[in-house]
Amino acid sequence: MHEFSLTKQIVRIVNNTAADHHAKKVNKVHLVVGESSGIIPDSVQIYFDMIAVGTAAEGAQLVIKYIKPQMLCPNCNKYFIRPRFSFACPDCGTLGNPTDIGSEFYVESIELDT
Amino acid sequence: MANEDIKVMENIYNENDRIADEIQKGLSSKGIYAINVMGAPGAGKTSCLINIIKGLPEIQSYVIEGDIESDIDTVKLKEIGIETVQINTYGECHLDGSLIASTLEKVNFDKQGLLFIENIGNLVCPAEFSIGENIKLLISAVTEGDDKPYKYPLAFQKAAVILLNKTDLLPLVDFDIDYFSEGLRALNPYAPIFTVSAKTGEGFSEVCSWLKAKL
Repeated sequence: MHEFSLTKQIVRIVNNTAADHHAKKVNKVHLVVGESSGIIPDSVQIYFDMIAVGTAAEGAQLVIKYIKPQMLCPNCNKYFIRPRFSFACPDCGTLGNPTDIGSEFYVESIELDT
Repeated sequence: MANEDIKVMENIYNENDRIADEIQKGLSSKGIYAINVMGAPGAGKTSCLINIIKGLPEIQSYVIEGDIESDIDTVKLKEIGIETVQINTYGECHLDGSLIASTLEKVNFDKQGLLFIENIGNLVCPAEFSIGENIKLLISAVTEGDDKPYKYPLAFQKAAVILLNKTDLLPLVDFDIDYFSEGLRALNPYAPIFTVSAKTGEGFSEVCSWLKAKL
């Protein structure tokens, strides 16, 4: 829902990095997106194409790595992928604790023409 | 021309978080304790605020009202003498750091006290953006259903305090408070949960005492 303002930040990060490396063109942008971050990747690409016009990032392809949300079972001390509408550990049924795994949203790397 | 792969590892929320940190420093230097009030549309955010502010007459309260459109809530608060500034986002689903930074210039903090920032009615996006608050207060109403912590985990996970509102309607709705609490506790083991009714005023003296102890 808030992809526009976040994509502006992505373009800013990408163009700053490109400028630091004196690059004329950005070929690819590798993003890491946790599935509980609420980000709709298709919207990010649409906004990216619009916002990046006229900058080094124009025409760059977004490559997205998805991360499944995981919880930590306090009983088994093991991570598990969060089931829908439940927080129960699949092995013992104890409710898992939230972790940061699955809420990622960052620019991992970019590929540049230098 | 060479294709070069550059490690970046920059969080996309960094810029917002930096602005939020500055807001937080500025507010604390004025003795202002800021509360980010989150909840779904119709959860009773403004009505709960009115109960809290009336229950703390000795403390100066300020309100920033965030709405996509309209100033209905601001008019309501100003009518009962509460200092309120309106923000309209015209479509944007949440408040963010830069929006709050520019709005704070319009608030005259002549006394120290509490700043309530009522976020856009939405359980998704507001949880993602820090706005310089000390704590997030989440209002959930029994009419929304008992499955909300399971469906919107982040909002419940990040809240420092939860108000379960409209409890006067409990006999009329199928709301399993144990199922609600179980999901909430898995995400957020320690945040206090207050059962309240903004309609009858029940439960707000406990909320006010808890808030007062925070100052």
